[in-house]
Amino acid sequence: MILRTVTSFVVFPLLAGALVLAFVRLLRGPHLADRIVAFDLIAVASAGIIVVSAITSGHSVLLDAASIWAVIAFLSVIAFTWYIERKGGI
Amino acid sequence: MKEIIISALLVGGAGFIFFAALGVLRMPDIFLRLSCTSKASTLGIGLLLTALAVHFGELDVSSRALATIGFIILTTPVASHRIARVAYLDGVPLWEGTIADEMRGRYAPGAVTAQRNKE
Repeated sequence: MILRTVTSFVVFPLLAGALVLAFVRLLRGPHLADRIVAFDLIAVASAGIIVVSAITSGHSVLLDAASIWAVIAFLSVIAFTWYIERKGGI
Repeated sequence: MKEIIISALLVGGAGFIFFAALGVLRMPDIFLRLSCTSKASTLGIGLLLTALAVHFGELDVSSRALATIGFIILTTPVASHRIARVAYLDGVPLWEGTIADEMRGRYAPGAVTAQRNKE
């Protein structure tokens, strides 16, 4: 019971607020690398939301989704930085 | 008792991720933003995955959670270093309050863009 209350009123709002703040930086970031930093943080916060959803719903399969999500986020950060290194940022 | 431990871990992890996002929004410089987000978000997602491992308490779920924590701890510094290096080489301006730039003058003149060399 206490777990449901805490996740509903503290954990999910904190993670959603983190998403909103990182999204503001994603919109405003002056350089492309700032947007990559914000994207990385959005990916981490989304993985956190998936993990908390796995706890609240009781389906441990969602942990696999979170770990694959982390792998994809890391690879996309590497790809984005590779493109900046090749072509230069904006 | 177990629920209280899980709740504390969850609140701590979500709080660290939230403070990482606050630092990304408020810090004046991309390098300061990176130093906020990489450490705090690694700790935050680690605490959330630890809460998941404590909540299920089975061997397969806990081992997968530990493997994910290890993967994130290994890959986040690599990604952060790569972003910082690319940003520095691309000539992102430093914060005006920066007191040390140890990379300065250590690259060939053509490697860093003209804006960086002019400063």
